Amino acid sequence: MDYAATREQALARIAQAQDLGTLESLRVEFLGKQGSISGLLKTLGGMSAEDRLVVGPQIQALREGVSDALTARKAALESAALEAQLANETLDLTLPAPEAPRGTVHPVSQVMDELAEIFADLGFAVATGPEIEDDWHNFTALNIPESHPARAMHDTFYFPDQMASDGTRMLLRTHTSPVQIRAMLADGAPIRIIAPGRVYRSDSDATHTPMFHQVEGLVIDRGIHLGHLKWTLETFLKAFFEREDIVLRLRPSYFPFTEPSVEVDVGFALVNGKRVLGGSGDAPGHGWMELLGSGMVNRKVIAAGGLDPDEWQGFAFGVGVDRLAMLKYGMDDLRAFFDGDVRWLQHYGFSPLDVPTLSAGVGVRP
Amino acid sequence: MKFSLTWLGDHLDTEASVEEISAKLNAIGLEVEGIENPADKLAGFKVAKVLTAAPHPNADKLQVLTVDAGTSEPLQVVCGAPNARAGMVGVLGLAGAIIPGGGFELKKSAIRGVESNGMMCSVRELELGDEHDGIIELPQDAPVGTPFADYHGADPVFDVAITPNRPDCMGVHGIARDLAAAGLGKLRPIAAQAVPGSFPCPMPIRTDDPEGCPAFYGRVIRGVENRPSPKWLQDRLKSAGQRPISALVDITNYVMLAYGRPAHAYDLAKLSGAIFARRAKDGETCLALNGKEYTLTSDMTVIADDNGVHDIAGIMGGEHSGCADDTTDVLLEVAYFDPVRIGQTGRALSLTSDARQRFERGVDPAFLDAGLALLTDLIVGICGGEPSEPVFAGQPPVTPKLVKYDPAMAERLGGVAIPEAQQRATLSALGFASDAAWNVTVPSWRPDVDGAPDLVEEVVRIHGLDNVASAPLPRADGVARPTATAAQKLERKLRRAAAARGMNEAVTWSFLPEAEADLFAEGNGGLWVLQNPISEDMKAMRPSLLPGLLSAVQRNLDRGASGLRLFELGRRYLRGQAGASDERLTLGLVLAGEKNPRGWASGKASSFDAFDAKAEAMALLAEAGAPIENLQVMGPDNLGPGPQFHPGQSATLRLGPKTVLARFGMLHPALLKAFDIDVAVAAVELFLDAIPARKSADFARPHYAPPPLQAVKRDFAFLVDAALPAGDLVRAIKGCDKANVVAVRLFDDFRGQGVPEGQKSLAVEVTLQPGEKSYDEAELKAISERVTGAAAKLGAVLRG
Repeated sequence: MDYAATREQALARIAQAQDLGTLESLRVEFLGKQGSISGLLKTLGGMSAEDRLVVGPQIQALREGVSDALTARKAALESAALEAQLANETLDLTLPAPEAPRGTVHPVSQVMDELAEIFADLGFAVATGPEIEDDWHNFTALNIPESHPARAMHDTFYFPDQMASDGTRMLLRTHTSPVQIRAMLADGAPIRIIAPGRVYRSDSDATHTPMFHQVEGLVIDRGIHLGHLKWTLETFLKAFFEREDIVLRLRPSYFPFTEPSVEVDVGFALVNGKRVLGGSGDAPGHGWMELLGSGMVNRKVIAAGGLDPDEWQGFAFGVGVDRLAMLKYGMDDLRAFFDGDVRWLQHYGFSPLDVPTLSAGVGVRP
Repeated sequence: MKFSLTWLGDHLDTEASVEEISAKLNAIGLEVEGIENPADKLAGFKVAKVLTAAPHPNADKLQVLTVDAGTSEPLQVVCGAPNARAGMVGVLGLAGAIIPGGGFELKKSAIRGVESNGMMCSVRELELGDEHDGIIELPQDAPVGTPFADYHGADPVFDVAITPNRPDCMGVHGIARDLAAAGLGKLRPIAAQAVPGSFPCPMPIRTDDPEGCPAFYGRVIRGVENRPSPKWLQDRLKSAGQRPISALVDITNYVMLAYGRPAHAYDLAKLSGAIFARRAKDGETCLALNGKEYTLTSDMTVIADDNGVHDIAGIMGGEHSGCADDTTDVLLEVAYFDPVRIGQTGRALSLTSDARQRFERGVDPAFLDAGLALLTDLIVGICGGEPSEPVFAGQPPVTPKLVKYDPAMAERLGGVAIPEAQQRATLSALGFASDAAWNVTVPSWRPDVDGAPDLVEEVVRIHGLDNVASAPLPRADGVARPTATAAQKLERKLRRAAAARGMNEAVTWSFLPEAEADLFAEGNGGLWVLQNPISEDMKAMRPSLLPGLLSAVQRNLDRGASGLRLFELGRRYLRGQAGASDERLTLGLVLAGEKNPRGWASGKASSFDAFDAKAEAMALLAEAGAPIENLQVMGPDNLGPGPQFHPGQSATLRLGPKTVLARFGMLHPALLKAFDIDVAVAAVELFLDAIPARKSADFARPHYAPPPLQAVKRDFAFLVDAALPAGDLVRAIKGCDKANVVAVRLFDDFRGQGVPEGQKSLAVEVTLQPGEKSYDEAELKAISERVTGAAAKLGAVLRG
């Protein structure tokens, strides 16, 4: 028998099969129980050993060839059918995909996280205190007695209420400095803290809002002096603005809770009408901008904090968080910070994934 | 404090330039807020002589002048002033100069067809006075061609901010003393010659309030002639921003501004009987010089005569007894008032004045005699008259303060080593006397200095803060340790989790209109309401974060926003123990209006519903580490969510029956109406202080042990009472066989066809986890029976 011819005929018919049904009937015809090639295989049993040795491989090869062709053709037909189906499933991908809303972190929160990150590296913890304070913590303990003219510098919001214990008046804290007292009383010395939070003054115009944010810094230790204050502020501002050319100018000033007291100016350049920090304020095209108040903690304040001023000394500073945010990120209207306008929040807010880190830099560039 | 360079020169012998003085003032703590240099605004104006004047060919009221302003050729100028005439000397503004009184720049131009090269100026145009009837006429010998600023003697004015601790610098002399100590010149001594009196003081003077007014010195000067002050005095007052009034008034102001010593001059004719300091009577009134009547209390010190109050002591004189043009006899008052009482009185009356500023900060108690002498000398010199003998009632507190100092402190506290001799010289120049053992006597004019650190400040500020070198803070070994507390980490995480879920973080005011706060005030023990709010809109401290966010929603809707996702992380202000506040960290979140806009795939816009609020609450609580598997949806009841919410579409999430971690749901339409919001709003409030802290101290997580066998899922559908909360059914099934049932998920809630009226069909997918070996039919049947049994206790019937 001419197995080769049989094979050629079978392969030709398989190649011509145009659908899976035809292909299945061909499989049954060739390889089914009653199939022609299956029949040939059955003849092997009646052959002599010699014949079987010659014919056997030929029949096997025929079966394998046909079987492979069936499989290959089946795959080809299935693939063609799939392609035909997919060709009908075309989408217009220029249509918009579902949008996920983009959330934002408020600049004040972002900057507070930045401050926490920088100061953590310098060994400062973050401390907090109540915003509804009593007169003693906000004024008296900070060396601002009732009669002190310095109270006139604070436009204080008062409540009609008093503390039950000593009858001191309740008020909205005018600065974050009462946290100094609370920290000293609670934890003793040494101390390194920053205390960010809301503060309140009865003041409202283009650059002042009755509520704003401040961060207090306090270091109490042995042998701390004005030079440490200067270094700390320089180091912090360089890290915060990611600029090495920050230049500070210290001016003597007066705060009741520090002695000596130092007002700190920072040099800036005017670039396209905007103040860009960096460089000496005395350089051409530059100026000085008042940035923060600071000083060596007054002995009376250390004593009010329950510590011995002969043993412990230190420095404190306070700076506006909103102001730092404006200087760094370019907002020019403080009032917009507290309006909740989503357009502003989307514009000035931060991605939640922009977590300030020292390795990546604490700032976020647009 | 404003003063001119000339005035400073009265007290400081210096060659320093305006710039050097300004830099030094800043460096020693007297902050220069501005320098006004009149020469700057007179640039471009010259002394000029009118050579010829001829009528303008095209205008009746104009003349055409030729003017010599020192240039090679005379200039042609058109002028409209009636007094312009040939031969007069005036002031010419050249092209390019800016007229101070108008702000416009002069240009070469043609006026009615005649070229004009500048403008002859009036007094008002140069802001030198109010006259505008004609152009300035200078004396004939005025040097033609010189800059007018030089001729006029323009005097720069410093504007210096004085910190409240430095009353001594509220006089030019004190500022000069500081500058001299800082090496910028030599302090000129005060020439206060005592002027002897020629007759006994006819007016009895006494102090009946030695606490409020420890000392009251005075004298009468009779036969004075009150007239305008001389120019030198007027110039000085003007540089300080004061309007000259009359010599008697100006002289008291001058002594106050030059020496920081306020005083008062009464018209003797308007007083009767004796004059004395006393406490005011409650309800007594005083018409002050500012024209306002003040009602006084017995806490306030006044100067009075037998007829009544003439002066709110140390703050403001009375309208009725002040000096006028016809005053001939004057009573001078030079007193020392208690700073505390002055401050209290001024605050109580809301009355500020130059005198109050100085008295409440503390004037020099040792300068009463000198002050009286200076005043007498000036009055007699300017107004004539004859002084009486002075009267001294009481004693000012002049006991000098002693401070023990250690010069090593400059380095220890100030961070800069300053030689002892230099420290001693600085202190001495500032008026501090020191002995060999560094016992330092504080000068009477420095009430602010009472300890060694104050002296460190003095020597360091005069030495220069620029000389303080930066010194690194000691640093702990190794990498910086974490410092954030658990609460801080929770706050940071929740903030970013909420933002990551598409919410915008807002920061809103801590204070609200009282009416809005009231809507959220239940159960807070009473609102914190400000006594002196800046406006009615900022009066009550917020008891919830929702009202502030709702106001923001309303503003955004007004601006055209259609869907809003806002949150805030901040404090609620409640009442705490013993009068203290109880401020609780809270996350408020509002979802307003459209959740999704209309879309090609989704069709119409969809709105937020209560389940969106629940989803946020659950997701954020999960981020916070709350055991959300154990939370119960409860309420409304007395623990919440409260009347602000839709009673049927809101609830609280609780851990146990009492601990409310959050409230969520749709807000009540009536509440939204109060906020003028016309879209539905879903809201969440998360109470961070109620969330239990995570306890794990270790980083390692529990061992990972996946079950060896695959879980089996079985569906059950029950008919239950329509009012049965689905959560109850889920919880009952979850609890019926804890060994096998690991999860129960509700996937269908159906009412309608095939379900009897008053009932609903709830379908759950129950996940069963076999342990050692797979379930057989009997076990599965047993578990199913436990499931249906637990459901049956709630009245649930398995659907066929």
